[in-house]
Amino acid sequence: MENCAQKKKYLAKDYKSELKPIWCPGCGDYTVLNAITRALAEMALPPEEVAVVSGIGCSSRIPAYTSVYGFHGVHGRALPVATGLKLARPDLTVLVTGGDGDGFSIGGNHFLHACRRNVDLTYIVMDNQVYGMTKGQASPTTAPDWEGSKLTPDGTGINPFQPLVVGLASGANFIARVSASDPVNMAQIIVEAVRHPGFSLVQVLSPCVTFRPEQQEWRDIVRTAVVDYTDDAARAARRLMTDDGFNVGKVLYKGSRPPYRPEFEASNGSIGELEARFAL
Amino acid sequence: MTVQSVSLTIAGSGGAGVVTAGSLLLDAAARAGWYALMSRSSGPQIRGGEAAAMLRFATEPIMSHDDSFHLLMAIDWDNITRFAAEIPLTASSLIVGDPAHGDAPAGLLKNSPRVAALPMSEIAGGIENGRPNMVALGAIAAMIGLPPAAMRIVVETALKKKGPAAIEASMAAFFAGIDAAKNLPAIPRLPNVAADALPRWSITGNEATGLGAIRGGVRFVAAYPITPATEVLEWLAPSLAKVGGMLVQAEDELASINQIIGASYGGVPAMTATSGPGLSLMIESLGLAVAAEVPIVVVDVMRVGPSTGIATKSEQSDLNIAVYGLHGDAPHVVVAANSVADCLFTTQWAVHLAEAMQVPTLVLTDQAMGQARAILPKPAELTFIGQREVATAAVEGQRYKRYAMTGSGVSPMAIPGTPGLTHTADGLEHNEFGTPSSQASDHQAQMDKRSRKISQFNYGDHWAEIIDSEVGAGDTAIITWGSATGPAREALQRHADAGGKARLISLRLIAPVQPEKMAEALRGITRAVVVEQSHSGQFYRMLRAFYELPAKTLSLHQGGPLPFGPQQILDQMKQLNAGSA
Repeated sequence: MENCAQKKKYLAKDYKSELKPIWCPGCGDYTVLNAITRALAEMALPPEEVAVVSGIGCSSRIPAYTSVYGFHGVHGRALPVATGLKLARPDLTVLVTGGDGDGFSIGGNHFLHACRRNVDLTYIVMDNQVYGMTKGQASPTTAPDWEGSKLTPDGTGINPFQPLVVGLASGANFIARVSASDPVNMAQIIVEAVRHPGFSLVQVLSPCVTFRPEQQEWRDIVRTAVVDYTDDAARAARRLMTDDGFNVGKVLYKGSRPPYRPEFEASNGSIGELEARFAL
Repeated sequence: MTVQSVSLTIAGSGGAGVVTAGSLLLDAAARAGWYALMSRSSGPQIRGGEAAAMLRFATEPIMSHDDSFHLLMAIDWDNITRFAAEIPLTASSLIVGDPAHGDAPAGLLKNSPRVAALPMSEIAGGIENGRPNMVALGAIAAMIGLPPAAMRIVVETALKKKGPAAIEASMAAFFAGIDAAKNLPAIPRLPNVAADALPRWSITGNEATGLGAIRGGVRFVAAYPITPATEVLEWLAPSLAKVGGMLVQAEDELASINQIIGASYGGVPAMTATSGPGLSLMIESLGLAVAAEVPIVVVDVMRVGPSTGIATKSEQSDLNIAVYGLHGDAPHVVVAANSVADCLFTTQWAVHLAEAMQVPTLVLTDQAMGQARAILPKPAELTFIGQREVATAAVEGQRYKRYAMTGSGVSPMAIPGTPGLTHTADGLEHNEFGTPSSQASDHQAQMDKRSRKISQFNYGDHWAEIIDSEVGAGDTAIITWGSATGPAREALQRHADAGGKARLISLRLIAPVQPEKMAEALRGITRAVVVEQSHSGQFYRMLRAFYELPAKTLSLHQGGPLPFGPQQILDQMKQLNAGSA
């Protein structure tokens, strides 16, 4: 039983490290870092009970900029690392951060199966429709006619990946889209995402000012979604498939699937019992 | 003395119950107090393909198959010639077939073995629910001297759920087989063994690997199904659950290794098991575990490569990828089991090494030992279990250094949940705090540290198994590793029986290399034969690169899937000595 002693209070800065981000001035990821630390303060989670896991890319640098436990792995594999960590340590709050290339291209298969497996994780994807760290190539969410990369000078000609639609179809238990231009709202949505059991997917429209300067206009284009979330996957699918990608600021879908947790007998066996089965 | 043994193969098409018959025979032999080894070979079909169970029985522990088989019991002849190369027969071998399926195919008769008929299907047909494979088992039992009482217990256990009628039908067919065997030519028989035989286990290499992991402290396993490693996982799934751990079936091998990295970062010793194709996929993240210093164990049950190769058959050809596959300079540990029983020891040791040094440790076993079942002496209790050096409390006024410089190179690791020690573990090169750094001095310091922790570690006597012939080591060595150790041991034994001196050196620690220990082991040795199941001689080349080998060293290397026979190794030893006069 908890006594009446007041829960320790935290400020957003308590979750920030002293490291200066490598990001360009004006990058949307600064706001995401702020929103994450704000959300953690709001939940008053002791920093040692939180882990932030990432792969490779500009936004994947976030763990080192926090003061919680961090793991910065290889490109595309943040979700499996986080899955193993959360299953082994269900007491921790585990966030996963990364970009659209890390999550939907090289890590695409893990994205599908993380949604399907529904481990209690919060996945924050900073989507800027470009590979920033390698200096501006088309990503899975880039429009087909974007001609800004020497790799695809005539555009990719490929329809962009629809992360929220795919996430919904794959079984994500919580889906939201937010804009880097509104950190207060983003922090609120992250709090909701963390508190919702199972796999929570938060897409952040986070502009890349260097390789997609036109994305600075996103702050004027985005609009707060007019409808509240649904728990009906079919309705959510219709909405997500018909929206233009700029409805932000609200949770779009909340499911009620129980989180994945392998069943095991409560440690009541012994190694001796296992060995006895081999004895003649 | 060379072990007195009898070797036989039961072969037949799908549905003939070949593997079942082999398992029953193995269990009955165990009941009778014998030791045994059973390997299996199967065609590529998912179900119903031809199969062969290769068995060797002895009254003493055995490590290897013999050069040839005394008996081939063919329940039918379907596709049997596909196995011909794996079932060496001599003029004194005996083929027993069912005349209802025609004559033995010419492909089996190259060395003029004796051939006899046993009308298994006709005899089985005369018994209600009688099956030809039980008739075959009766005949085999009669020929090799296996007491029927032992078989009754085994059949009763195996058919308990099917009821007494099924048991009696099986035993009736079995006794009819014993009866019919009176007309068959003789093969070697084993004597009865005293009932107070030493405690023995019946276990496969893959099960032993799983048990070694649990004994070592592994409580989280993530893996993707792959032949021939799947049985490690199938044994671990329910067993881990019983001791408070868990197994997760991952979406692919990339996920498998990264899940175990995550679990181990969380403080829970973790492992995955795979085969060559899966190991290839895991290589990038093995490097991550090196750089971020996360202990993990990766078991590779090797099969014939490259690419998909021959998924169901054995080879020792993943040595290069295990040792050299990682990009960058990435010090890590590679160990190899040398027998079914040693899968237990080596895997448990691997967990210990991984945890103690915070380093990824690869365990190489292979299909031959992984899928073989052995009746063997009860393995010894081992004391070492994984012990990680953990940082438990913050030092006042000092920021925690996850990758602190230490004499041993091992830095105390803070486990998430520990107040005051938060940090980010990183695959990017970093400084002592874990902060990403591209400075030459940080790279140098961290490289030195990661290299130092595995080069300075005390591996004790476990680095190799060294066995001298009963008459001494003399000046000749057999240097080998993994599954090739079994036939090499038997070659050493036969060499000793003929009065020959030699030393067997089987490496368990493949990397890091141990040149000083090898120099000590090779003291007084002037000639050596290196034995391995690799077409290109990967092991020989590695030895040449890192060790001072005797001036006269021969390389006996062949690709899989055919195993070495002891005689092949003896022939090589003779050749070694022939030119030396």
